[in-house]
Amino acid sequence: MQDSNAVGSTGPATGQVPWTDRKRHLWLFGLLVPLFPFLGGGLATLTGWSIFWYLGPLEILIIIPIIDLLAGLDRSNPPDGLIKALEADKYYRWITFLYLPLQYAALVWACWLWAGDTLSVFEKVGLALTVGTVAGIGINTAHELGHKKEKHERWLAKIALAQSFYGHFYIEHNRGHHVRVATPEDPASARVGESVYVFLPRTIIGSLRSAWRLEQPRFRRRNQSHWSIRNDVLNAWLMSVVLWSGLLIGFGVGILPYLLLQAAVGIVLLEIVNYLEHYGLARQREDSGRWERVRPAHSWNSNNIATNVLLYHLQRHSDHHANPTRRYQALRDDEQAPALPTGYAGMVVLALIPRLWRSVMDPRVLRHYGGDITRANIQPSRRARILAAHAAPAGGVHPGSAG
Amino acid sequence: MSRFRCDSCDYVYDEAAGNPREGFPAGTPWSDIPDDWCCPDCGVREKIDFVPVAGGSQGGADG
Repeated sequence: MQDSNAVGSTGPATGQVPWTDRKRHLWLFGLLVPLFPFLGGGLATLTGWSIFWYLGPLEILIIIPIIDLLAGLDRSNPPDGLIKALEADKYYRWITFLYLPLQYAALVWACWLWAGDTLSVFEKVGLALTVGTVAGIGINTAHELGHKKEKHERWLAKIALAQSFYGHFYIEHNRGHHVRVATPEDPASARVGESVYVFLPRTIIGSLRSAWRLEQPRFRRRNQSHWSIRNDVLNAWLMSVVLWSGLLIGFGVGILPYLLLQAAVGIVLLEIVNYLEHYGLARQREDSGRWERVRPAHSWNSNNIATNVLLYHLQRHSDHHANPTRRYQALRDDEQAPALPTGYAGMVVLALIPRLWRSVMDPRVLRHYGGDITRANIQPSRRARILAAHAAPAGGVHPGSAG
Repeated sequence: MSRFRCDSCDYVYDEAAGNPREGFPAGTPWSDIPDDWCCPDCGVREKIDFVPVAGGSQGGADG
């Protein structure tokens, strides 16, 4: 896939001016996310307004979508020749590492507040939602780390996932989702006609089952039991057990409802992002029976700079699927790839209102497939209705593919 | 002993080293690897997409 962009197409005209990364310092804004609980608490104390404990959801659902609309797009790509050097620059990875101590400082502080009686229940719930936002975006940090070849980064990924009890994501995402993306077999690829509320249980349960199964063959090959500490699903969960037990012993079982709430918010936030990343997009089956290779056409992208900076270029999702081990700072925009109308944060809001989501996204899927909806990934239970609603223009029907 | 490279991410399977984590002990020949085995680093390519690396097993620089 590296040949899809002309070399240096967005680079300097004649090589006179060296390329510099204009987002180099902006990436630090990502570290504001784990500070949301502290910022929210500070603002609530200063103003006396309890609503500031809800800063996390306010940011994701209102403030960042608005900033995305105001701050606009960033299409800049590093020239091909500089990608290796850009990836080798350790400054970028340290920003992702720093997320973790801040994330856990926020969690421990929140546990202390949940256990105490300085906050009302309304405020404690707000804090749990905000800490859950940190956990959810922490899954995105874990995602960046978990794709890397370096052992210590993979370990950090599992540590970042311990807060949300979602350690199996590291296995399911890398070995399951990336292999089966945009096929009906992938629990984490959403289908046309599937609302986010139907998608959530399917992806959460399906991903769990998938992760458990994916870890087994490597033990079977050596005639060993997969009930082992070396099973990456089990050792990741064990980290959560240790973390959660420590917090419950330290702060009392009274914090359990808030601990559960923050984990649920984190998981749901991550899975809503999964929902919009591949909605309706489908790889076609080749004659050999294999799915066609993952192409840029199989992911939804966005160049909205605000969300891109907060999510480490996750929205340059096509390049990520073509080159999963590539570091975030080096991911490139592909002009040919399908684009969302706004950033992922705004699309999360749309996804929560299925009618609105479908009115915005279904026509885009249809256009992407040149009016032939049969080429999309369609929710089986709604297939007949969707085909009827988007009947292809005369001559454009593919008989036999609608079965 | 031969080596085979993932054409997506440059991971190299070296028969001499195998990949113990994946359940392939050192010395496991390429022919014993299942066809649907995915690249353990990127997950984008499967065994049949790997390309032989000239020179065989020498250690040192990968890809």
